[in-house]
Amino acid sequence: MIYRENGQFKTSYGADQQIFPIAQDRWAVIAIIAFAFVGVPLLADEYMFRAILIPFLILSLAALGVNLLVGYCGQITLGAGAFMAIGAYAAYNFLIRVDGMPLLAALLLGGLTSAAMGIIFGIPSLRVRGLYLAVATLAAQFFWDWAFLRIKWFTNDSSSGSVSVSNLDFFGWNVDAPAEKYLFCLGMLVVFGFLAKNLTRASIGRQWMAIRDMDVAAEVIGIRPMWAKLSAFAVSSFFVGVAGAMWGFVHLGSWEPAAFSVDRSFQLLFMVIIGGLGSIVGSFFGAAFIVVLPIFLNQFLPVLGRLVGISISTAAVSHAELIIFGALIVFFLIVEPHGLARLWATSKEKLRLWPFPH
Amino acid sequence: MSKKIGDVVLDLQNISLRFGGVKALTDISFDVREHEVRAIIGPNGAGKSSMLNVINGVYHPQDGKIFFHGQERKQMDPHLAAAQGISRTFQNIALFKGMSVLDNIMTGRTLKMKSNLLLQAIWWGPARNEEIAHRKKVEEIIDFLEIQHIRKTPVGRLPYGLQKRVDLGRALAMEPKILLLDEPMAGMNVEEKQDMCRFILDVNDQFGTTIVLIEHDMGVVMDISDRVVVLDYGKKIGDGLPDEVRSSPEVIKAYLGAGH
Ligand SMILES: Nc1ncnc2c1ncn2[C@@H]1O[C@H](COP(=O)(O)OP(=O)(O)O)[C@@H](O)[C@H]1O
Ligand SMILES: [Mg+2]
Repeated sequence: MIYRENGQFKTSYGADQQIFPIAQDRWAVIAIIAFAFVGVPLLADEYMFRAILIPFLILSLAALGVNLLVGYCGQITLGAGAFMAIGAYAAYNFLIRVDGMPLLAALLLGGLTSAAMGIIFGIPSLRVRGLYLAVATLAAQFFWDWAFLRIKWFTNDSSSGSVSVSNLDFFGWNVDAPAEKYLFCLGMLVVFGFLAKNLTRASIGRQWMAIRDMDVAAEVIGIRPMWAKLSAFAVSSFFVGVAGAMWGFVHLGSWEPAAFSVDRSFQLLFMVIIGGLGSIVGSFFGAAFIVVLPIFLNQFLPVLGRLVGISISTAAVSHAELIIFGALIVFFLIVEPHGLARLWATSKEKLRLWPFPH
Repeated sequence: MSKKIGDVVLDLQNISLRFGGVKALTDISFDVREHEVRAIIGPNGAGKSSMLNVINGVYHPQDGKIFFHGQERKQMDPHLAAAQGISRTFQNIALFKGMSVLDNIMTGRTLKMKSNLLLQAIWWGPARNEEIAHRKKVEEIIDFLEIQHIRKTPVGRLPYGLQKRVDLGRALAMEPKILLLDEPMAGMNVEEKQDMCRFILDVNDQFGTTIVLIEHDMGVVMDISDRVVVLDYGKKIGDGLPDEVRSSPEVIKAYLGAGH
């Protein structure tokens, strides 16, 4: 198949404003989604689901949320982990305290609670930016770490501080086998992915990007900075909160506050930087990269070590992981701020012109 | 010129603006009439850009009153001024660099787009129709400015002259009543200047938009403006028809004294 838009003339603005205006893109997306739903469950084993695919899907959703705020609206956050925690604990409390609460409703209510908190903790962004905003969101992270550890009501007075959810029931479908959990997470990610894509190409997305690119000019043409920024915090926190609830309910099953520490916040930020700030598909690239890299290094480095005759401990592998992340972050921030997504876009552009160089 | 110049729409009285010890504007009064092209001229640092920033609420003057359509205007944020129909371009182009030409101009329609966030998220019904309707309007502006060929290009990749044109397009997308232009022709070659002059006069003619224009090129100012205000060191030193201003001794002195 040749990647071309030649001959695909748009005869209406509606056609030009489709979600994927280039036919090949449209088919590629459909093919990938179909393969993910049908092909992957046939091919993957239990380890793949548990260790790679489910974490990848849920963290993609969280990264998508972070990217809406950081990549599209230009507001930094170091508190994404806390909003995952808020989503998880809120969903948990809705589930256990309200009789007959359906799973989906609990997850969405977790997201909405996180969105409300996102608005409150986004208020500093109206006054400060950059480093100061980073510190303010970091403070939110520490506050919620503390709250979920110390305020026993949130964890239903469990003595160990850990909570658990079992019997995930999605409208009569008992989501418990790894493949089923995978399909559930995939369904959620596809829906949220489309929502995110739509928001970013609509008026609200343009307002976020305008604030990111040139806030004075944005205000001068009538964008209310308060609305644009707080809506970005709300929507982002909603995505991150739902992802947090899914992380607790579907991936972990039982968890402690430490599951959503500041490490998680940094990890999500790294995902969007490596994957591509301001790119939907970049969020997926970033999540895939960060989920797969440690596993890859764990397999690969010891083998490499044996080849050259040194034994590499697991501690060394995890050090290597940090070093590689650090180097990549620096590389992308300096050389390619749009991350893997831009490398992808550039190669697509080359392909579009192929075989002519210009 | 055959067009009708109307009543005073914007009346600035005794405006003073200071930044710490710097007096950017001192006791300046002038008015703008409906449908006219009002030029503000003066040497660098005279306070021209500051004046525009006062008009659309980016700066808040310490003293003075602003009457808009006869009503005294309270201290006002830029987005409220925008909602009242005041739009502007920037001396140092302030486009949204990460976005395409089309998206930049679409952003100028923000105030007119009403569908809520949930509908936008599912791209459904009113939200979708609204996108298409406003896209049509934006395409009219793109045609008007003759930038069809670059509509999908990221603005950061465009040459300077085209960026200025997109900046004008974004301001026009608001369908403003008053359009503030901060040196729209600075740094352009003669041809680009001619194009820009033509666009400005067309906007003024076809849509009746009132225009407040800062410009250094005296030839341009004399050609296209109805009345001219002259600022120097934050003070007003002239105000009147282009010919009156040109022959005023004080203005000549300020310009000759500016070190040419
Ligand atoms: N935001 C600001 N902070 C401090 N000083 C400013 C600011 N904006 C303008 N000024 C000062 O006000 C004076 C007038 O500037 P400006 O309005 O940009 O002049 P012009 O547009 O006529 O060249 C200058 O001395 C400038 O340094
Ligand atoms: Mg200026």
